[in-house]
Amino acid sequence: MSKHTLSVLVENKPGVLARIAALFSRRGFNIDSLAVGETEHPEVSRMTVVVDVEDLPLEQVTKQLNKLVEVLKVVELEPGSAVQRQVMLIKVRADAATRSQVLEMVQMFRAKVVDVATESLTIEATGTSEKLTALLEVLEPFGVRELVQSGMVAVGRGPRSITDRALRTA
Amino acid sequence: MRGPRTTSPPRRPESGDPDVSDTRPATPAALHPAPSPAQVAQQARARTPVEVTGAQSLVLSLEAMEVDTVFGIPGGTILPAYDPLLDSSKVRHILVRHEQGAGHAAEGYAAATGKVGVCMATSGPGATNLVTPLADAYMDSVPIVAITGQVVSSSIGTDAFQEADIRGITMPITKHSYLVTDGADIPRVIAEAFHIASTGRPGPVLVDIPKDVLQARTSFSWPPKIALPGYHPVTRPHGKQIREAARLIAAAERPVLYVGGGVIRARASEELRRFVELTQIPVVTTLMARGALPDSHPLHLGMPGMHGSVAAVTGLQKSDLIIALGARFDDRVTGQLSTFAPEARIVHADIDPAEISKNRKADVPIVGDCLAVLTDLADAVDADLEAGRGGDYAEWRERVAGWKETFPVGYTPPEDGTLSPQLVIERLGAIAGPEAVYVAGVGQHQMWAAQFVQYERPNAWLNSGGLGTMGYSVPAAMGAQVGEPDRVVWAVDGDGCFQMTNQELATCVINNIPIKVAIINNSSLGMVRQWQTLFYNERYSNTDLHTSVGSRVPDFVKLADAYGCVGLRCERPEDVDETIRQAMAVTDRPVVVDFVVHRDAMVWPMVPAGVSNDAIQVARDTAPQWDREESEAIEQDTDADHDGQ
Repeated sequence: MSKHTLSVLVENKPGVLARIAALFSRRGFNIDSLAVGETEHPEVSRMTVVVDVEDLPLEQVTKQLNKLVEVLKVVELEPGSAVQRQVMLIKVRADAATRSQVLEMVQMFRAKVVDVATESLTIEATGTSEKLTALLEVLEPFGVRELVQSGMVAVGRGPRSITDRALRTA
Repeated sequence: MRGPRTTSPPRRPESGDPDVSDTRPATPAALHPAPSPAQVAQQARARTPVEVTGAQSLVLSLEAMEVDTVFGIPGGTILPAYDPLLDSSKVRHILVRHEQGAGHAAEGYAAATGKVGVCMATSGPGATNLVTPLADAYMDSVPIVAITGQVVSSSIGTDAFQEADIRGITMPITKHSYLVTDGADIPRVIAEAFHIASTGRPGPVLVDIPKDVLQARTSFSWPPKIALPGYHPVTRPHGKQIREAARLIAAAERPVLYVGGGVIRARASEELRRFVELTQIPVVTTLMARGALPDSHPLHLGMPGMHGSVAAVTGLQKSDLIIALGARFDDRVTGQLSTFAPEARIVHADIDPAEISKNRKADVPIVGDCLAVLTDLADAVDADLEAGRGGDYAEWRERVAGWKETFPVGYTPPEDGTLSPQLVIERLGAIAGPEAVYVAGVGQHQMWAAQFVQYERPNAWLNSGGLGTMGYSVPAAMGAQVGEPDRVVWAVDGDGCFQMTNQELATCVINNIPIKVAIINNSSLGMVRQWQTLFYNERYSNTDLHTSVGSRVPDFVKLADAYGCVGLRCERPEDVDETIRQAMAVTDRPVVVDFVVHRDAMVWPMVPAGVSNDAIQVARDTAPQWDREESEAIEQDTDADHDGQ
């Protein structure tokens, strides 16, 4: 199995997310990560879906997605030619004795402290999933009390825009 | 359960009940002085927006789409739509007895005529009863539009009376679905629904409309602007792919045309016949494609698959090139996929790109409508032939013709003189002829009807192929008869299937829809019983229906009589022709014939589920006797898992 990042442009209409999520589950594909939001065109939403599949079933999932009437375009973003980012909020145990060590880690990973309490720090980190995994590993010994992460978002490098082209052909 | 009943006390009479308007005789006309239907239609034709209710807009939209028939049942939330429907002179509404019947009738109408079938139901149970026909239409690519009432917008999500999220429920079994939230959208949504249902790969579309949207004032104008930026079915095949396919066709030695239901839906039978005559390539037609090429055509090898003919199954299996047209390499055709046609290269043409390489990898994928594909492919092959570069398949044709002659699909009449189901169906096909429409249920009788009726034209054979819906036959035959009033329509049904939807006989009698039903009554769930015979040591768990052996529950002749149909019974081979003729002579009402047949008849040939198609058996434990060269090439898999599924 290998991870693939799909950018799916859809009409910004109620029920589209359910339709797409249902398609993945019905065809037996697990979604690793999902992020949805409006694009620069308010009538178009963009979903970034990370799936863990082989190439042949990926082709099938792409074709099935394209069959949905509200799907405008499906593009696979190759990791080498795309910027991928994820946001993570981590509430980590930190008292007077350990706080400075935790802050050191935060600095090393260029993360941010967004909330402080006597017993804990809440850290906001942005990056690729590899970077976030690495940060999590070094924080774990201090005691992770709570963890929340967004879906992956991704955009292709260079001046070209997939939304432009999708809307032109639409 | 379908809304207010006069005999029961008012339901939940609290003032906050959003459905309380049900209890008033509130027609839209009474509330707002509306223009007469003729006036509205006239204005609509002039393309000026007219003030109407959502319900009127719906009926006007259906009229504008030239819908002549709607099958349905009214109820609480769809009630507003039924009021203007009463005034429509163009749309005939046929009141069915169960919404499943409405859905299958719409399918039968669509499959027989090629037009879009329409069904209508209320919210909640009315809508959920449409789920089976929608799934059926999705699997078999039947263009239907289902219109359902929904609870008033403000009640959606509150578990209101008769509320079901039918759009959510049907998402995986419809081509598309709508929940209309603004009455002004009704003309556009209806136009889009018909467009989506009938173009590209056809399929079912659901339109769910809340009651308040049907009641509210809105404006209607036609034609609406269709806005489907994400829907662009590809119909013209790519020239490069066509040339590549032609190259493989010229180079092949043992090609077979594997023709599926897509050819029927694309109305490409004439182009198929032309292509076959041009190339002289042998043809198999799947269960969904029976009639796409006349069965009488010398190059027609029959039906492939689990119960296919030896020539069709073996022809595919030994081919070096399969040209798949509107077919989807279904498990019932391929058997064990890994051993299917091991030496064949694949040209796969389909209007749905997702079907190509889904099961079997295609060497040449062609996305396009079968009619366009066949036309372009014929031109390409013709050019090759002109240039003396055509393929020569004479030897292969001789070989497949030999299989066809040596292993015809046949049956052995029972020794005790009881009636063979195959004989009944064979005679039915011979007497009713190729111009009739044959509509099967699901099971043994379906396979026999596919094998023993000679199909000579497309749309003469209707059945539930993909979903395998028992109960399809009677309502689908009803729909076919409405769409094709001048044809004889025979429902070829089983005693099990018939008992699932026979209530529609009432609809047929009352609406003067004179279908004919042949119940192939073996007193069993016959196909399941066949599997119990073959794979479960003849332990007949729950397959005895008591419809003829030992008792007749129900007595189908009396049942027919109770409905006002003509009921006939036939139990002896010598009476078959006469009984069919009697049934054919009745034209003013439905006929039900109870053909009491031999119970242990089995469908042969058979490839057990999950094994290689090389293991085809022509009768129990009997493989075809090949000549030596061929028998050495076939390894019988004796250790097969018969219980694949």
